[in-house]
Amino acid sequence: MFAFLTLLCGVLVVANPFSRNPVTSAMFLVLTIISMAGLFVLLHAFFLAAVQILVYAGAVMVLFLFVIMLLDLKEEERRRVKKFSLVGGLISVGAIVTIFVKSILAAKPGANLSAPRLEGETAALGKLLFTQYLLPFEVVSVLLLVAMVGVILLSKKDLK
Amino acid sequence: MQAPSLHYSITPSLRCMTPGLEHYLVVSALLFCLGLLGVVTRRNLLVMYMSLELMLNAANLALVSFSRFNDNLNGQILVFFIITVAAAEVSVGLALIVALYRKRQTAHVEDLTTMKL
Repeated sequence: MFAFLTLLCGVLVVANPFSRNPVTSAMFLVLTIISMAGLFVLLHAFFLAAVQILVYAGAVMVLFLFVIMLLDLKEEERRRVKKFSLVGGLISVGAIVTIFVKSILAAKPGANLSAPRLEGETAALGKLLFTQYLLPFEVVSVLLLVAMVGVILLSKKDLK
Repeated sequence: MQAPSLHYSITPSLRCMTPGLEHYLVVSALLFCLGLLGVVTRRNLLVMYMSLELMLNAANLALVSFSRFNDNLNGQILVFFIITVAAAEVSVGLALIVALYRKRQTAHVEDLTTMKL
């Protein structure tokens, strides 16, 4: 089980490769999202795993790949990464990683928690979603409609 | 698959059989920092956007693991809403990038210096 987890982590590390092609990055992002869905399954969040695969690996990545193909980004091959920004970014992000991991390991967040005993979560999730969180649900649907209209408006050739 | 499990069963500090909350949190933190590194170092607008998605996913993972280990479903509801809003946000952002590309014929942040003093 833990080996599976570390394997996923290894996949996630490769998810931001320094190959210069955006299509490769997009493919590794798909792999990352699928392994993240695997982590959700390990956490017994089956519904969220399904949603993750459907929405992210399905819809969002199709959008990304479509835009990449549409823009035809070839010129990144000959651009070089600036050494200064790379080194600065590595140092600062490494510092943040150290702080995060040290604080998590120092806090020992799982020490005082009992073993998880949630069962049959999808039904409970649906019940909660349609009773207590009904208003946010409707608001999110309106937000999706607004986003759709906005995207159509943005991608029109000429606004009249 | 076989070798890493052997390795981690030997390592004394990681000898637990089932991953606990802190392991998920460490994975989430690493993923977040990976996305942050991508945003900071890459100069392509699309790749920066993908790294942003990675950071959002890391936050989702932390929320789901907290929700699992606290026996509380509200975290999963929140992650559901985050995924929905992220889908809307991705579509709007990509439309913005396409409109920008139509106007300026570039997707690099270094070419977009109109607001620079």
